[in-house]
Amino acid sequence: MITLGKALNHGLRRALEDDPKVVIMGEDVGKLGGVFRITDALQKDFGEDRVIDTPLAEAGIIGTAVGLAIRGYRPVCEIQFDGFVFPAYNQIVAQVAKMHYRSKGKVRLPIVIRIPYGGGIGAVEHHSESPEAYFAHTPGLKVVTCANPADAYTMIQQAIATDDPVVFFEPKRRYWEKGEVDLDAPLSGAFPLHSARVARPGSDATVLAYGPMVRVALDAATAAAEDGRELEVIDLRTLSPIDYPVIFESVRRTGRAVVVHEAPGNVGLGAEIAARITEECFYSLEAPVLRVTGYDIPYPAARVEEEYLPDLDRVLDAVDRSFGW
Amino acid sequence: MAKGESVAGSDIPAGGFVQLLTPDGERVDTVTTADGTTYSVDFTDEEYRGLYRDLVTVRRLDSEAVALQRQGELGIWASLLGQEAAQVGSGRALRPQDMAFPTYREHGVLYCRGIDPIMPFGLFRGVDQGGWDPNEFKFNTYTIVIGSQTLHATGYAMGVTMDGKTGSADGEAVIAYFGDGATSQGEVNESFVWSGVFNAPIVFFCQNNQYAISEPLERQTRVPLYRRAGGYGFPGIRVDGNDVLATYAVTRAALDNARNGQGPTLIEAYTYRMGAHTSSDDPTRYRIASEVEAWKAKDPISRLKAFLSKQKIAKKDFFAEVDAEANKQALDLRERVLAMPDPQPVTLFDNVYPNGSPEIDAQRTAFTEYQASFEGSAH
Repeated sequence: MITLGKALNHGLRRALEDDPKVVIMGEDVGKLGGVFRITDALQKDFGEDRVIDTPLAEAGIIGTAVGLAIRGYRPVCEIQFDGFVFPAYNQIVAQVAKMHYRSKGKVRLPIVIRIPYGGGIGAVEHHSESPEAYFAHTPGLKVVTCANPADAYTMIQQAIATDDPVVFFEPKRRYWEKGEVDLDAPLSGAFPLHSARVARPGSDATVLAYGPMVRVALDAATAAAEDGRELEVIDLRTLSPIDYPVIFESVRRTGRAVVVHEAPGNVGLGAEIAARITEECFYSLEAPVLRVTGYDIPYPAARVEEEYLPDLDRVLDAVDRSFGW
Repeated sequence: MAKGESVAGSDIPAGGFVQLLTPDGERVDTVTTADGTTYSVDFTDEEYRGLYRDLVTVRRLDSEAVALQRQGELGIWASLLGQEAAQVGSGRALRPQDMAFPTYREHGVLYCRGIDPIMPFGLFRGVDQGGWDPNEFKFNTYTIVIGSQTLHATGYAMGVTMDGKTGSADGEAVIAYFGDGATSQGEVNESFVWSGVFNAPIVFFCQNNQYAISEPLERQTRVPLYRRAGGYGFPGIRVDGNDVLATYAVTRAALDNARNGQGPTLIEAYTYRMGAHTSSDDPTRYRIASEVEAWKAKDPISRLKAFLSKQKIAKKDFFAEVDAEANKQALDLRERVLAMPDPQPVTLFDNVYPNGSPEIDAQRTAFTEYQASFEGSAH
């Protein structure tokens, strides 16, 4: 059993071993091993040219990664916290996302942008945000997020191996959760990077979650089972593109869907997913698709963040409302 | 400036710059800066004539592009008029292994890289967004967001170092083009920080053409731009950007320093945008005719022509032949631009991702079916 954070560390290590063109870059990723220690000991073992402590400049991290990628490198960039990505936003959405299209496919930018995201760690402003929709909205980027150590280990390697630019969201409050990880498993036998996972099968309603909210959804399903309701929990894993066939198959069976995310609901991923379910599963639906999300407010102060974050009770409340339709 | 005279500094007084050819076509043999760097050129007559041909050709092609835009054949054009010497001088200073990161105005540099001048016309005609391979031509795709490419150039230069391709005379160097307006961008300043910290083999080539669309230099800076370099820990130097010889000499030296492992240089090529920012701009709203006239007297082509004539390096028939040849190239370019096919609509969906996406595939299919539904109708 290892933690999700350690699983990422192992995955990064294996990517560095497998391909000499992989470089890790970010603030404090070297000697310190990152503020969350995700890159712990990698600089010591791979050197300062492979694991680069950068100047404190997020646009610089992504902008130089573009140049390195044009040169043939595979940069893995760490943005220290979700709320610090915005100085790099221009480089990500205007350059990383568009270079392949701009060059008619002649330039590939195999860049991974790792972002620890989400709340629940009692942090100050800018350290608890969920900006995934901004990136999922941007054509040219692929966006994924992991929810458990085994997926973290596999997905970080897949994200580095693919030539698509990937924004890789890491559920920071789950960094310390443990799980079984087969460190020797070959990537070739793994699930595709852009595939959703049925985290718990069920027949009565479908709960769609990703990243830090998968644990919440699973706990809700356990509680619902005690009341005789079998919730199917789907861990989306990939946010762009979303693995809709898995979702549609489930909702057609259950007739009910609840989407859960920490990010504000307004124009969030839940809205898009609800629209798509409505378009594709209209005659199977017993109730409107419901959303359990953060409120449409700036991320609040730590002492009240539990009120903001979707939790087991709010998920069950939504399930109740679905059944009450 | 008299022959062989020193200028005061790599810290040149405001208004001063390295100049090897005066506006009247007088050659200055060498210029030595206060830090002891001496700049000169040693061209054969043939090479002098070649530079003249470059200058005339890129101006003629540019004027053809302006005409094509006015005739509705290009959506927009960013003219290089007035900046030919800055672009040809720096472009010819590049060695084959060097990599250039242009803005959207470096048509002259592109030409000097030996690239077919039609290459960027897809972008300006609106049939694609560029579409070339930077590594094939050692010339990155045009970058439109101001200053963003300086970070790309810096990262690429870091990669050159990581590949062990610096530290010798046949090492690789990188040049990043940008303008005076770009120097206010955070990303450009970050690229200065990064390239300094990592001792990247890069030359920052700022064409200070005095205006960022309508905003004059005074709105971007209160120090001469080349002096900014000092704060980042590398040399900065101002060159007469209308002097193709000085621009060549200064750029060649800076590139060679970079490839030899001596890190970055900021070059401020002091020049003037004689035309509009782009074909959508009206410069009469923000600058006066007498200013433009004063710069006309410093024209990069007429000074080289005067020099070549005075030195009897070229005669009337050479100049006529160059004009005729440039004209021929321009007309050929025109024909080929007009023949550029519009892209097939379904190609909209191509190249969003290297590995594709089921969502994009579904949209392509739906689009194709929708288009097909009109077949046979009289829409």
